[in-house]
Order: sequence, then C-alpha cells, then structure tokens
Amino acid sequence: MSSAQLTGMDMATPDDGVMRAADGTPLKRRLARALRREKLRSFMLIAPLLFFIILSFLLPIADMLFRSVENQIVENTIPRTVVDLGQWDTEQSDVPPESTFEALYYDLFTAVEARRHTRLGQRLNYELSGMSSLFRGTGRDLDNYREDDVKALEDAAPALDDGAFWVSMMGGDGGGAFLERRKQAVVTVADIREGLDTPLGFTIGKGAIDLLPRTSSAYADWGVFTVFADEDAVAEETPWEAVFVALASDLRALDVAELSVFDADIAEVLTDGKIALEAITPPDFAALFEASDADWVEPETWRIFEKFSSRFTGGYYLSAIDADSAAEGFQLMPEDERIYIKLFIRTIWMSLLITVSTLVLGYPIAYLMSHTKRSTANLLMILVLLPFWTSLLVRTSAWKVLLQQQGVINDFLVWINLIDDAGRLVMINNQLGTIIAMTHILLPFMILPLYSVMQTISPSYVRAAKSMGANDWTAFWRVYFPNTIPGIGAGAILVFILAIGYYITPELVGGTQGVFISNRIAFHISSSLNWGLAAALGAILLLLVLVLFYCYDKIVGIDNVKLG
Amino acid sequence: MASPLPPYASPLQIFWYYAFRVICGLIFFFLVFPILTIIPLSFNAQDFFTFTPEMLRLDPAGYSFKHYIDFFTNPDWQQALRNSFLIAPMATILATALGTLAAIGLSQSHVPARSAIMAILISPMIVPLIISAAGMYFFYARLGLQGTYWGVVLAHAALGTPFVIITVTATLVGFDRSLTRAAASMGADPVTTFFKVQMPLILPGVISGALFAFITSFDEVVVIIFLGSAEQQTLPWQMFTGLREQISPTILAVATIMVALSILLLGTLEYIRRRSERMRGLSPS
Repeated sequence: MSSAQLTGMDMATPDDGVMRAADGTPLKRRLARALRREKLRSFMLIAPLLFFIILSFLLPIADMLFRSVENQIVENTIPRTVVDLGQWDTEQSDVPPESTFEALYYDLFTAVEARRHTRLGQRLNYELSGMSSLFRGTGRDLDNYREDDVKALEDAAPALDDGAFWVSMMGGDGGGAFLERRKQAVVTVADIREGLDTPLGFTIGKGAIDLLPRTSSAYADWGVFTVFADEDAVAEETPWEAVFVALASDLRALDVAELSVFDADIAEVLTDGKIALEAITPPDFAALFEASDADWVEPETWRIFEKFSSRFTGGYYLSAIDADSAAEGFQLMPEDERIYIKLFIRTIWMSLLITVSTLVLGYPIAYLMSHTKRSTANLLMILVLLPFWTSLLVRTSAWKVLLQQQGVINDFLVWINLIDDAGRLVMINNQLGTIIAMTHILLPFMILPLYSVMQTISPSYVRAAKSMGANDWTAFWRVYFPNTIPGIGAGAILVFILAIGYYITPELVGGTQGVFISNRIAFHISSSLNWGLAAALGAILLLLVLVLFYCYDKIVGIDNVKLG
Repeated sequence: MASPLPPYASPLQIFWYYAFRVICGLIFFFLVFPILTIIPLSFNAQDFFTFTPEMLRLDPAGYSFKHYIDFFTNPDWQQALRNSFLIAPMATILATALGTLAAIGLSQSHVPARSAIMAILISPMIVPLIISAAGMYFFYARLGLQGTYWGVVLAHAALGTPFVIITVTATLVGFDRSLTRAAASMGADPVTTFFKVQMPLILPGVISGALFAFITSFDEVVVIIFLGSAEQQTLPWQMFTGLREQISPTILAVATIMVALSILLLGTLEYIRRRSERMRGLSPS
C-alpha cells in the first residue's frame, strides 16, 4: 500500500484532478484494491482456525442444542401411526379408532424386528413411567397376533410360503415412489446406514398397491428389511407374519372378482386364501393390544403419543425446569418433586458463595502484592501461580486427603485434642467440601484481575485523601476501594462463570448435597441416557454463562483477558 | 503500607499493619499448603491417605518410594502416562499452529467482523467444559470419532486454541510493524519476513501459548471422559477414577510428579516472559 502511495504521487497523469498510481489507474481504486487484498490476507490467516473451531466445537454445541428440541424418534419409529393419529378426534373418544391400532401393529412389527421399539419405549418412559415395559411386553406378543389368519392362509395357499411367488404376485410397474418411501422409513427405523445402494431385487406394482394396500406396505417393509438388515434375497425367504396378517385383511376387504387383475394362477391361490379366511373372525387390533397390555386403551398413553408425535418438542425444557404441560396447560411440579430448579438455584447460590469467598481471600493478597517491592511481589506471585498451574486433579486430591474424616485436618485436630476421635468433623462429601476446594481452586482467577487493576491505582489518591484529613479507613473505603471495583467485577464474573460450570471437583468432594447442575448433565449423558434432557439442561446453563460473559465483555472486554 | 511504618504511627496502625500481614500469611498458607501436604504423603510407607505416626516421628521406616515404584511399574498407570504424552503434544501442535496464524491475522489493521470472529475463537474457553463435552460426545459419535485418538486430539486442540490466541495477540500488541516493512523494503519475501523477523519476536508469546495449550490438554479430564474410550485413558482420567474409588495412594505420587511438572512449566514461562520483555526493550520486572 505504501509503495503505491509513494509512486502514485509522482506519476499522476495530468489534468483530470484524479490522483493516479504508477500504471495510470486512479489511486483511489488502487488503494481500495490494496485494502481488499489486505483484508483477504488477514482472513486467510484466520480462516483455518475459524473453520476448525466451527467444525470441532461450534457444530457440536449446535448439535446439542438441536438435540434438546429434537423428537424424531416417535415419528421415525411408528410413522404410519403418527399419520393416522392426525385424524384422531380427541373430543369424541378417549382412545384412537381401530385404524390407528392397525397402523400401530404394522409399524411396531417392523420396529420389533429392527429391535428399535425398546428405544421408543425408553424415550416415552421419560414422559410417562410404564411406557418402557409396555413396549417391551407388547413387542414379545406381536408375533402371535392373528395367528389363525396366518395359519389359515398358509394351509389353504401353500404357495404363499414361497418367496418367488410373492415377488411375482407383488411385482409390477408404477410402485417405484411408494417403494422408495417405504425404504426410507424402514432404513430410518432400523438405523441402517451402509450398503444402501444394493439393488432391492423386487418391485411393487401399481395394481398390487391399489388392490392390496396393507399387504404392499407390509411386504415392502419386510422386503427392505430382508435386503438391508438380513442381507438376504427376497425371492428366497418367506415374508414375516405381518405380511400375512395384512394380506388376510386385504383379502377380506375385496371382492373375488377384483382378483382378476392378477395372473390366473396367482388369482387362484388368493381366492383359496380368501375362502379359507371366511371361517375366521375379522381382526380387532385394539382388542389384541389390550390383551397384551391394558395400558394400550388408557387415554393417558395416547395423549403421550399425540403430544410427542411432532418432530420437535419443548418437552425437555419443560422437564428441565420441573414443569409440565399437561391437559391443564403449563404448570410447575409440586414443590417436593422439583429437582432441577433446586439444583440450578443451588448451583448459583454455591457459585455465589465461592465467588464471595475468593473475593474475601483474594482482595488482601492482591492488595499486599500491589503495595510491596516488585521483587517481593514477584515472589508472592509465584505462590499464587503455583496452584494456578497445578493440575486440577492434584488440587482436588489434595483437598480430599485433607478434609476426609480420617484425613490430615481431622487427625491434626484430634492430635491437639481440640476434638475427640468420635467427634471428627464432616468436611467432605457435602457443600462445605465443594466450597472449600473450589474457593482454593478459583482463588488465582480472582487475585490476578484484582492485582492488575490495583497496580494501576496511583498511590497519590490515597495520600491526597489522607492529607485532607481522612483516616486510614475512610481513605481506603471512600477513595481506594471504589477504584478497585472494575477489578472486583472482572474477577467476580470470571470466578462465577468458571464455578457455575464446574464438574470434576463437585463430583469428587461434593457428595450428594454438594453437586452442581453439571453433574446432573453428566448423569443424564452417561447413566440415564436421557440425552434430550441433558441437552436441555446444558442449553440453559450455556445461556446463563453467555449472559454472564456478555457482562464480562462489557466490563473487561475479551481482548483484555490476561493469563498470569 | 508498602514502606515500613512511619515513626508517628499509632498503636492501632501498628497492630493493623502486623495483623494484615498475618492474615495474608494465612491466606497464602491456604493457597499453598494443600499442594505441599501431598508431597510428603506420597512417600508414605503405608497405603493410607494420611500421616502415620512413624511419618510424624520422622522415622525413615515410615517413608518409602513404594507408590512411585507402583506408578512406574503398574501397566494401567504407564498406559495412562503414555496416552497423556501422545495426546497432549499433538493437540498442542495443532492448537499452536492454527492459533498463531489466526492471532497474526487478527492483529492486522483491517479485519472484517473482528469482534465476532474473536468471540467465536475464544468460545471454547468460555463454554463450561461439561457442555463442550456433551456436545462433542453427541457430535463426534455421529462422525465415528468418539473413542478414537484423533477425536480426543481434535477436541483438546479446540480447547487449547483460545489460550494461544490470547498470548500471541498480547505479544503482537507491542509488535512494531515497521520492522516487517523494513524487511520487505530490503527485498525479503513475506515468508522470509515472517520466519526471520516476526516469528523470533513473537516466539515468547507462541511458546507460552503452546505451554497453556499443552497444560490444557494434559490436565483435561471432563471432555476425555465422555469422548475417549478405555484405550485413551490419560493420567488425569486415571486419577479421577482412582479418587472416585479410593484405590491407592499412588495417586499422591502421580500428583507430586505433576506438581514438579507444573513448577517446571511455571519456571519456563517466567523465564520466557522476562526474556521477551528484555528483547522488546521493556524493563524486565
């Protein structure tokens, strides 16, 4: 840029009043170009890290936030049921109509084969206890529903045991889109990700879809599952029971004459089947489900389905603040059942206590350091920085060793006869343990900003106050202290932000009463596996931290963060 | 209070002067004594987490190296040590390289959306570790990186970069831009200028940033608990499990070794800081 400026002055071509660079382009443009190039260059330097942080850090956080509202499991596992539920008139009946139960049968059959029904049960169990066993129990029974239909068809039409017969019966043109939809649905339920470009080896014809809608759907599910999950050839396998049940229902619904769209031999087999079915009562899926578990006809069960059938839910957030949006609308849980609000309040309260403790302990230290000789201050600084640089786990272990009932402090107190052996103090695995250990761990973060602010306060302020008759206390309180408030603010917010998200120390020295919200998040990730709730709790904590950080940025500025 | 008390100081002032120093002494004691306590305890001849009567009598029989021997012979601890030294340096290299480049980019005069970029780059330092851990756990599992060496390295590198940015930016604040111009005017291309002129001057910042990144990774336990598998178990992780289950005082031996390591790091940093201030013509303090 500077070279362009210098030469541009000398070589300006005459008379239009525009300053030009050496090559005759207007200087303004050259400068703009240089500026652009500089911007680009600095951006190219930043880009790799920016890209890296976005990919390795921000996307995971975004993914977590998404997970806190995501609720695709219901729609993915029982898609046809969810569609059918849309037509359920909740005003008219407590439970959905028979068609919904029928859809549930086919959905659940595929889900059971893919062993995904327990997951859905587990997910819904977070909302209503008993759902997990409901799904598990019914999953075991499902194979035997409508056994007589299956048996009658197999006896009357043995050709149906032949996979190749099915391929020719269902096959045809015009069902490509239908099959693709079913493929997506089944692949989603069974969570199959590899080998998806394997050819299916079967088709479903438009004629079959029109005439045998249930069968087409069930057969497509089975076929896709056989190809991708079992990796078998469709033509060599007998379809699973649900396909037979579907065929039975379809055959009951149609007229024999309609079967003429099929080839004569196929039509003959199906006619045999239809005749055999006449002796058997038509299915009542609601009754079958009820026989497996009476909870299926409980209105409560279906309300949960309906509530969580949408792709996104605020349910996790409601749980995270101990609220419930039941039929009566939004309401908080009874006082004694609130867990998370209490935990949030405890986290904030304890973080505040820790912040105050670090301030009380850190202020004198920072004051002393800023009022002694540089060499002494440097020595003291090393004493402050040593814990700062020592591993967090080392410091936590140290406190565990010190505070235990058989630990160093208790032993010492017994030794000097201050307490007797039976009266050992309980200082760990409670709130006190967390507060002591965390105050120690976070103290340097308070001292450092305080010290850097105190260093800049001119001693002449206090001298001036004293010369005008202020005593030591007044000079300190009215003159010195107000000048240190920026340091207090910076240190306090920093300590508070760090404290509120702490996990390791409360986990190790906090017992049950001294744990923070972080520990609950960790519990939900690794033990209860309620990831959505973990994500929602995390999102609330994150919001809290970001608000605080915004304040910190306003007071201190992120550019001014100093490290030791 | 800095200078010794003036002759006219009142008894109250004299009292307060000493009382204040006693209070500060106690606070310093609070700061340092937990760390100092574990050092003698790590030489305990018994499997206790507290001083035995023999130790208090300074009886040599009360002391031994058994926990150190255990640390250096136990395959679990050795595996953890190896993992720590496999993960931390790689994360440090990644964080330092990317962080230094970005800090140089950020220090240029015309950076669009500078404060937004800065906020993004610093964010891994601000977001509570448990949230980073949760997010990375879910996301890396989708990418198949969960439970792999590279997954942990990437996560640790991301956590370490803010420190590199901050330290390098701090050294760049005092950087005289005319030095690079001078180099350029004498015919050095940008790469030569960078390595011969700029790099030696900002090197102290880069090194201390690297040390911060190293200690961040070396010390990190929350993210790795979620992101790693048993094969990536590091020293802090092993200590965490040990503390939770109260297995053996070997933890104290490890802790002592880590204290020694942090003193070494602290010393290096202090040395670098003084050297850098000398080089930049500031009076060393």
